[in-house]
Amino acid sequence: MNKEERLIKRYKAEKRFQFYGKAAIFMALLFLVVFLTKIFSTGYTAFQKTWLVIPVNYNADLLYLDPDKKPTTEDINDADFYEFGIETFITLDPDASEDQIMELKKMFAFTFERELKYYLLDNPDSFGKTVDVKLTASDDLDQVFKGNYPRDIPENRRRASDYQLKIFDKLNEDGRVISEFNASFFTNADSREAELAGIASSFMGSLFSILVCLSIAFPVALLAAVYLEEFAPKNRFTDFIEVNINNLAAVPSIVFGLLGLGVLLAVFGLPRSTPLVGGITLSLMTLPTIIIAARASLKAVPPSIREAALAMGASKMQTTMHHTVPLALPGTLSGTIIGLAQALGETAPLILIGMVAFVNTIPGTPMDPAASLPVQIYIWAESAERGFVEKVSACIMVLLFFLIFMNLGAQLIRHKFEKKWN
Amino acid sequence: MNSVIFLTIVLLALSSYFFGRKKAILIQSNKRLTALPKFYGYYLAIWCGAPAFLLYALWSIFEPSIVRFFILSDYSSQGLLEGELNLFYEKVKSLSRNQYSGELTAELQRSAEKYLNFRDIAKWSKVVIVLSLLIASTGYAYTKISNNTKTREPVEIFLKGVFFLSSLAAILTTIGIIFSLLFQTIEFFQVISLFDFVFGMHWYPAKAFVRDASEALDPSMYSDTFGAVPIFAGTFFIALIAMCVAIPIGLLSGIYMAEYASKRLRQYAKPVIEILAGIPTVVYGFFAALTVGPFLKDLGLSLGLEVSAESALAAGGVMGIMIIPFISSLSDDVITSVPQNLRDGSYAMGATKSETIKRVIFPAALPGIVGSILLGVSRAIGETMIVVMASGLAANLTLNPLESTSTITAQIVVILIGDQQFGDPKTQAAFALGLSLFIVTLVLNIVALSVVKKYREKYE
Repeated sequence: MNKEERLIKRYKAEKRFQFYGKAAIFMALLFLVVFLTKIFSTGYTAFQKTWLVIPVNYNADLLYLDPDKKPTTEDINDADFYEFGIETFITLDPDASEDQIMELKKMFAFTFERELKYYLLDNPDSFGKTVDVKLTASDDLDQVFKGNYPRDIPENRRRASDYQLKIFDKLNEDGRVISEFNASFFTNADSREAELAGIASSFMGSLFSILVCLSIAFPVALLAAVYLEEFAPKNRFTDFIEVNINNLAAVPSIVFGLLGLGVLLAVFGLPRSTPLVGGITLSLMTLPTIIIAARASLKAVPPSIREAALAMGASKMQTTMHHTVPLALPGTLSGTIIGLAQALGETAPLILIGMVAFVNTIPGTPMDPAASLPVQIYIWAESAERGFVEKVSACIMVLLFFLIFMNLGAQLIRHKFEKKWN
Repeated sequence: MNSVIFLTIVLLALSSYFFGRKKAILIQSNKRLTALPKFYGYYLAIWCGAPAFLLYALWSIFEPSIVRFFILSDYSSQGLLEGELNLFYEKVKSLSRNQYSGELTAELQRSAEKYLNFRDIAKWSKVVIVLSLLIASTGYAYTKISNNTKTREPVEIFLKGVFFLSSLAAILTTIGIIFSLLFQTIEFFQVISLFDFVFGMHWYPAKAFVRDASEALDPSMYSDTFGAVPIFAGTFFIALIAMCVAIPIGLLSGIYMAEYASKRLRQYAKPVIEILAGIPTVVYGFFAALTVGPFLKDLGLSLGLEVSAESALAAGGVMGIMIIPFISSLSDDVITSVPQNLRDGSYAMGATKSETIKRVIFPAALPGIVGSILLGVSRAIGETMIVVMASGLAANLTLNPLESTSTITAQIVVILIGDQQFGDPKTQAAFALGLSLFIVTLVLNIVALSVVKKYREKYE
């Protein structure tokens, strides 16, 4: 091998190495793209909800009400809308057999009674008349309509039967199947029925946990950082605290769940499954993150600021509280937001303290049992029903939206308010 | 009632601030103040709020257990078990709230009345004692202010004390972790021998289902149930798969970012890759279970391989992707901090850029890179949701990445999801696993952090 050839070989190796580097970055980016595309393509349909508009005859006889007199709210509330609903469904196919009637009923969400009742309560004039009423379709038909269910597989492997599909197609031809924005996804609590399940309860759970976490972690972490950076004597004990904080930041999150379970629940007897306990557990987890960020921004404040204040006769405490801390606040705040974003996405510790319970009410205080958004993702992902897959993806989209929002907020605070010292 | 007391304390403390400041301004008219008037306010407010609040907090913490002690002291001579006493006490409490629906006994009724009575006494004595302490301490502080004593120093010492206590929070958390893990683990090892746990080859915690307390203490129930070898093996195996994905991609992209990338690419690609670290792990878990698992299964089928839908490969691979940014960012930092003169020397000898990286920069940065990899390993070992959702929950002892295995973290979740009974070896086993996880990650972190620190010192 002569000199020339060796040089060519070496340059080839150089090219190859650069290619590996580019390929590695490309792979990482590719994964992110695949991942986001997958989540968005499965999730976006969950923001639409399928309704069946069917003619309903609010006949007095069917409701066992007096036809001559306008029913009061109480009368309507007492009326039986189950049988009435069944009778209404039969009008879709007057020749339906017993079994087929049940199938007709299953084309609608089980809340059809309530929906029929509320329609009448909202539109009392329709009493005695035949009107078009919008009813929530069952999740199977919802999935069929969105094209998430293959229709060409044998009937016994399908959730929607041939008969249901026939009726559904007929309704569709008449323009009686409509798809609208799924508001109930944001306003409903969790439900066993995919078409009714919403994220309101888990959202409130997350919100309460994060608020509890913020109100504990931020003040404690800020004060701790101020002490360690400004007041603490340099001795073994403060070194020990420092080592402790650094290690705590790298402890797996599930260990904090065990701490919450073993101390907060078992020793202090705080109520299980509540955002209060979840928030305290998360605050212990985010504490080191915020302390480290706060210390870094306190360190970045130049000593000349402190010296100037001290020279003007301010006490050490006044110097710290009036000058150092306000200057370090933007950095601390952006570190806090990043810590909270981490806490918002945390699942494992919350599962251990029981925030994984099925909650079908919207919690009003941090003391009520609740789930949180990531736990909701876990609960729905473990559920076998096809209708939940799009819900999981949609829930992930909501969660990612908040995370991006928080991280951008942290960036903004950092760039806008942080002083750059030269 | 509790919130009323709390709010009263807060309001009184706030108003005493203004009161103290006003007093200081009054004093000012004929005497020289020792500090700014607001310090007189702070002084009074602290003396008003702090002692009362401390007493209030301690009282609230200890009241339930003291009431419980008094109620149950009537029955302590009957030789009841701890569990039965607990049950009885819960019944008494629900009866006192009128929510009890079980069988009513005279004993129960008597205790419920006594309970309500005690709660009433406790409530009112709490109000009286807390408020009288508040008045006494405020009065003391007021006389001090009136005598125009120093106020700034005590206020600052108090604040410093609060700061110091806050800095103890991290230590308290560590102590809490160790205490809660150790306490349960010791109880666990009283039933199962340490040897069986560390060297046992079978892990079937579901087998350890006990019907009553007498059974729970029988060690023969648990032979061959809590052998943690399959779990430990699974943990390290999945971490290994993850590192096989994360190290090449992370390291190469870190090197490229540090040495080759243009400023623009760095500016945009770096934060985008770091998004990978910010995605919640439950989302990765869902992705692994929904997309990667079935994909690998289909791929395996087309190649004639038997791939489990919940394979170690799916979980480990996705976990590896999650760890990429940790390794790439850290190794990027480490490589950038290698002094420029090392590079210049190598270029001057005629080496190409890649030769310089491979022969000069990489060896120089190796300790830091090893540190970043160790931190990545510690992440992988502590990762929970991906494994729970994408790999199996049954603890197989296998080295086949296409089968399902389980990890320490996944088993903790499996055991503790739903209702837990304290004192049950199954629950305690989760804490024993947690302790081993804590120790392993702690050692990894300490080693990694000290390696990185030593490295930094070398070039600074």
